[in-house]
Amino acid sequence: MIRLRPFLFATLMLLSGHAAAGKFTVAAAADLKFAMDEIIAHYKQDHPADTPQVIYGSSGKFHTQIQQNAPYDLYFSADIAYPRQLQVAGFASSPVKPYAFGRIVLWSASIDASKLNLSSLADPAIKRVAIANPRHAPYGKRAEEALRATGLWDKVAPKLVYGENIAHTAQFVQTGNAQVGIIALALALNPALSREGKYWLIPDTLHAPLEQGFIVTARARDNAGAKRFADYMGSAAARAVMVKYGFALPGEAGKQGAHP
Amino acid sequence: MKLSPGDWQAVVLTLELAGVVTLILFMLGTPIAWWLARTQSKWKAPIGAVVALPLVLPPSVLGFYLLLAMGPNGWVGQLTQSMGIGLLPFTFWGLVVGSVFYSLPFMVQPLQTAFEALGERTLEAAATLRASPLDRFFSVATPIARPGFMTAGILSFAHTVGEFGVVLMIGGNIPGETRVASVQIFDHVEALQYGEAHHLAAVLLVFSFLVLLALYTWRPKALRL
Repeated sequence: MIRLRPFLFATLMLLSGHAAAGKFTVAAAADLKFAMDEIIAHYKQDHPADTPQVIYGSSGKFHTQIQQNAPYDLYFSADIAYPRQLQVAGFASSPVKPYAFGRIVLWSASIDASKLNLSSLADPAIKRVAIANPRHAPYGKRAEEALRATGLWDKVAPKLVYGENIAHTAQFVQTGNAQVGIIALALALNPALSREGKYWLIPDTLHAPLEQGFIVTARARDNAGAKRFADYMGSAAARAVMVKYGFALPGEAGKQGAHP
Repeated sequence: MKLSPGDWQAVVLTLELAGVVTLILFMLGTPIAWWLARTQSKWKAPIGAVVALPLVLPPSVLGFYLLLAMGPNGWVGQLTQSMGIGLLPFTFWGLVVGSVFYSLPFMVQPLQTAFEALGERTLEAAATLRASPLDRFFSVATPIARPGFMTAGILSFAHTVGEFGVVLMIGGNIPGETRVASVQIFDHVEALQYGEAHHLAAVLLVFSFLVLLALYTWRPKALRL
């Protein structure tokens, strides 16, 4: 028994040391699914002692959960309005940092979407169009704005099916249950989707900008790992990944990240 | 309690869905339960296990397979398309199909228990009086098993009302077609409209409690599946 004690002690030291070395949880909007995976992978190479984990979901849900003290240390929202609200309400330990502008595209797994445009959606041959729910998903709101700006809303609305978030929306299209969807460029550029279909970039003059922002949450006030990762988002490596996935970066207006 | 027109539409749709699903389950579940209660077949255990699967499977698993199977590349989807029905996801009838699978054990298990409790003797007595098998079922078994039918019906109905994951996966959230009450509540919460979420959630809470209260008062052992 006595011989076990130093071992237990060492284990406890290791475990606590491990935690101090930077265990943190990132809650990220679904449009970041692939970009964030890659950024995290790079980050782990540079900071092997840190153990970040990422949860993807809808920005609105995370916003609600953080108000209920969800154990998230960083919150990346697809709509900068959500982290701003949280910051005002005292749930942030950092200023709201804009990190990217998103873009929306038409995407299809069954037809060549690069030859489509928004008015194609009125074609009777297209029976179902998937968008994210405009009531709470930022990409859904922009999709609705673009359809309204082109006067197509009334024609397309009866065909719409609503995904819970942008990844869920893409899944409706990927399985062929909706022929076309309006999804994030970041998802269309990911190999998993780009292998299966092409996209058409919706002009960003048709909708309000998809400005995205993140905060370090109040609970992570003393979490060194979370702070390191927040700084890392401004690094050249992280920015390169964001550009690769079609995000335009703040302070680089005009240099849109889209590479059709 | 103030419900918006959208909330009412969701409530009515939910009741329609649960009603249709319960009716179909009576027709589908009764013969399955009857067979499971009486058979000596080696298939009894596997079939019973398949029926009980939705009790333990996450609805996302069921929803995922249904979305693939009923899609244009799935076998169900190709079947429905060749029959001229079109595709089932994002339609009311798609939800019906999903819910029938999802609530199947809640119909079959109480019925099976009721049928097993009948015993052979009653039915053999009826047989000696020259009652045909069908006659034995409808004139003898059904009246005795009536409480089992009530329990099964109420549980199937209530369980379908409480469905969420399967609907989210295959529904597409279309107002008046697939946006049921549970999804409507989810949307209210996501849109940060907690007041509206509260109203509708309270309606479901009270409804579910009353259903279970009625069931427990009337048959204290009903839920011991």
